[in-house]
Amino acid sequence: MCLAVPAIVIALNESSEMATVDLSGIQKDVSTVLVDDVNIGDYLLIHVGFALHKLSEKEAISTLALFEELEVMNNQDEQASS
Amino acid sequence: MKYVNEFRNGDVAAKLARVIANEVESDRDYRLMEFCGGHTHAIFRFGIQDLMPENVNFVHGPGCPVCVLPKGRIDNAIKLVQDHNVILCTYADLVRVPATKQMSLLKAKADGGDIRMVYSTQDALQIARQNPNRQVVFFAIGFETTTPPTAVALQVAQQEGLNNFSVFCNHVLTPPAMRHILQQDGDQSANIDGILGPSHVSTIIGSQAYAFCATEFHTPIVIAGFEPLDVMQSTLMLIRQLNSGRVTVENEYTRVVTDEGNRKAQALMQEVFELRPIFEWRGLGMMPNSALQIRDIYAEWDAEQRFAIEHITSSDVKSCLCPAILRGLNKPTDCKLFGTVCTPENPMGACMVSSEGSCAAYWSYGRFRQPDTATAQQERTA
Ligand code: SF4
Repeated sequence: MCLAVPAIVIALNESSEMATVDLSGIQKDVSTVLVDDVNIGDYLLIHVGFALHKLSEKEAISTLALFEELEVMNNQDEQASS
Repeated sequence: MKYVNEFRNGDVAAKLARVIANEVESDRDYRLMEFCGGHTHAIFRFGIQDLMPENVNFVHGPGCPVCVLPKGRIDNAIKLVQDHNVILCTYADLVRVPATKQMSLLKAKADGGDIRMVYSTQDALQIARQNPNRQVVFFAIGFETTTPPTAVALQVAQQEGLNNFSVFCNHVLTPPAMRHILQQDGDQSANIDGILGPSHVSTIIGSQAYAFCATEFHTPIVIAGFEPLDVMQSTLMLIRQLNSGRVTVENEYTRVVTDEGNRKAQALMQEVFELRPIFEWRGLGMMPNSALQIRDIYAEWDAEQRFAIEHITSSDVKSCLCPAILRGLNKPTDCKLFGTVCTPENPMGACMVSSEGSCAAYWSYGRFRQPDTATAQQERTA
């Protein structure tokens, strides 16, 4: 029920506060009334036809980088114990 | 899908599992409650429990909106269709939930009731515009994630003077339910050591809404995304807090959750809704200030007022363990009816209806599982 997916904005209709988003090739019109300052190319979190929040690409990248670091630590552990 | 697939990488999952195995202390248990049904679903679908050391266990929480909606509210909705001949618009999740006397919205529809499944509140408004001579009611359920779209619909209905549209409001709030679970003691306590906090509820209310878990109940909480790597990383963050004795609110899901949440959505909810003095939750019982009702300035669009909807006391199937399962006290396999009388095709309780319900998750992903499991293997190689 609370599932929501990230989708990229490909077109904007500012007067009706709607955006067209692309979700793996499927296009959908969603309401952007809940989110300020939406631009083409932004990733939005979509739920029941509404954008709930913008996705921060910077934060996504830093979370993924955290996984990379873990990997390093884990390898070091393994080398230390072998 | 960008920003989804990267968070499902099987190699990283295996590495995270090794780090977790390295860091858990063998002389203690880690009972972690995932509050949301979305997390329960992810944990089963991706076989995450099987990647955990034996002393790390997930306890399933009440965060499944379909599961906590009491039967009486579904009876109310069926009465709207049968007695008032309204067009009832509902999210698809609700139509199979058992109501009193083996009824459901789906059966009411088969009996000729005009019940329409909608994807969005925008669809419900459109149905009202197209049917000016019929009363159209939107059956609103859900936690804070789903509430702002309902608030928008009420505003639009007021602006357009759409007088044949109304909302049957059943929106509930996450923090009071969490508080309720943490307050229980003795044999009612779920005995949890830490909480995996909601993903998309938190995009709206923000991570600081959970500060009370740490300050009042000394329980660490990590806001977690719904993808498998998010769940595992958050589990690791909880284990680290517990090992070091730190108790705080942390946020793993920083790509969409901020400290303060979505202020615009909060302001909108505030304008349209107010706290309901008391509301019944399936499993958790009557809880004060745990749900929302429509403010007087929108009373004209409030189905409860328009159709004088009365409280119907719900009585659940006696041997259904949903109430205890929703409190984290029992597992689905403890229920006598699980998998025999009660299956997703013929659900006895709400926990079997919603794909986010614990019983449905056990049935779909766990029931045929052998100890080191086919499901996890498949997901890892997928
Ligand atoms: S298996 Fe069915 S009857 Fe038993 S607790 Fe789950 S939903 Fe209720």
